[in-house]
Amino acid sequence: MLGEAILKGLAVTAKNFALSYVSRARLVTIQYPEERQPLPEATRQFPFLVYDGDDPHAGLRCVACQICEKECPPQCIYIVKSKDKKPDHTGKPQFYPAIFDIDLSVCMSCQICVEVCPFDAIKMDTEFELSTTDRFHGLLVHKEQLAKSNAYYHKIHPTEAAAVDARLAAERARADAKAKPAPPTPPQKPAPAPTPA
Amino acid sequence: MTSPTSTAALGQRSGVVERVSKPGGEGEWLEVSMGPQHPSTHGVFRMDVVLDGERVVRLKPVFGYLHRNHEKIAEGTTYLGSMPYTDRLDYFCSMTNNWAYALAVEKLAGLHVPERAEYLRVILAELTRLQNHASLCGFLLQDMGAMGTPLMYAFREREKILDLFEAISGARMMCNFMRFGGCRCDAPPGWLDAARRVVDGFPAFLDEFEALLSENEIIMARTQGVGVLPRELAINAGVTGPMLRASGVNYDIRKVDRYGIYDRFEFKIPLGEHGDTYDRYMIRILEMRESVKILQQALRDIPPGPVMDPKAKLRGLRPKPGEAYARIEAPKGELGFYLISDGGPNPYRYRVRPPSFINLTVLEDMCRGHTVADVVVILGSVDIVLGEVDR
Repeated sequence: MLGEAILKGLAVTAKNFALSYVSRARLVTIQYPEERQPLPEATRQFPFLVYDGDDPHAGLRCVACQICEKECPPQCIYIVKSKDKKPDHTGKPQFYPAIFDIDLSVCMSCQICVEVCPFDAIKMDTEFELSTTDRFHGLLVHKEQLAKSNAYYHKIHPTEAAAVDARLAAERARADAKAKPAPPTPPQKPAPAPTPA
Repeated sequence: MTSPTSTAALGQRSGVVERVSKPGGEGEWLEVSMGPQHPSTHGVFRMDVVLDGERVVRLKPVFGYLHRNHEKIAEGTTYLGSMPYTDRLDYFCSMTNNWAYALAVEKLAGLHVPERAEYLRVILAELTRLQNHASLCGFLLQDMGAMGTPLMYAFREREKILDLFEAISGARMMCNFMRFGGCRCDAPPGWLDAARRVVDGFPAFLDEFEALLSENEIIMARTQGVGVLPRELAINAGVTGPMLRASGVNYDIRKVDRYGIYDRFEFKIPLGEHGDTYDRYMIRILEMRESVKILQQALRDIPPGPVMDPKAKLRGLRPKPGEAYARIEAPKGELGFYLISDGGPNPYRYRVRPPSFINLTVLEDMCRGHTVADVVVILGSVDIVLGEVDR
């Protein structure tokens, strides 16, 4: 019969419509700003810099080695290395970034900076509501806004952050073990930061 | 008809519509510019169509509006740095783009992919095929006037697959997941079970989708016998993928090359008979059913183990001087990457063989003699993504 398949198709639509009143599985959308979907742990949006402890400046893990700046495919990171040094988490004096800017309008959230960072200093945030009304200054994110605490990192990526903490603790234990048996050896040389550009 | 008749050469005109004198006959042809903002052109794509009444006489595809210098950028950046850019070629299928590029670099650098990573790649590529074909069928039906409904059904299903992508790679579309010598990370706990649930639910969606419109009388009238691509022409023009198989040519790189571990799975290659738009639509539905079979086998057999070649390093890859071409069966056809290394940190030459760009070259032959409304449907059945066509 001509039109049979049309009626069959309409029956599918009608069934979906009617059942959407009884079955939650058929209602696939949510009312976004009020309701929110839980994000998977792996979600990545925009990088941030991790600091340990309470002070964003003293605890910043970044040593301004500039590897991420070099590897970033769209070249959205800008780093200026400090003149002086501050102790890092193992107690070694290290450089720190005097300026660390990321251009939000250029970043493509590819996570390569996170993968290449040897210090676990840069990680991906899950915050996705990043729009701004100021397109000149609002889109250039500075070190002060980028620095977020390790506690925050634990909140958004619990498994990954626990693994990173374990790795850093092991590193610190190794550094302590190395430092203790031979205290009178020549005063420790400042470890050369991975070669800057 | 107005006079005087314009004899301006094709392509040199200011308006959208130009009158062209008909060679050796009464009346005149109209040259119409369709796109790039026409809603049926699937992105920023333009067609110069010369019409005799409502019939197409000539058709010239015009593209390049989305040209982003992909190949040249890749020659200036490291091998790793090009990986996220490949996501943006065919932005529906970033996983298969990643795979094709990773395969080319692995050939060049002589890296081996661990077992589990091979399985993960197959699973992700077939999931990509499912969501690409599902949304293509939705878009195609939308082009024919089934506004919204089939597309939303397809997107509902695609959403589940994109959620899987987000859980494993962190991003829904720009996955940037594969690395030279494996995958970036292992699947998070519970991911494989979630994937199994999605795959097991997929045939029910296909049945529903087919009940919705596959046998619809209007769809059949609009697509059967429309835009026939003859077998010989398809082969000569280098058409690949579902379009070629709809014309009855048994050519699937998963079977021909057996790249990765595709030789371990049992699946069939669906073939069309007529090469018309309806065949191209049905071939995709049938391919999705075969992909479900591959996925079920892969999800059953996936072994534990590492996902990266221990020899592979993330930074500072400098392959020995040489060249490599790797191709895979992407959802749209043969996707190939050709790389020449001069021993430096970035490729000396980087070339993409995009499937939808080459499939587009037969558009005029398929459209000639059909009406403007059919052009929309035929273009929809080619399955183009302008990110890949223009690069």
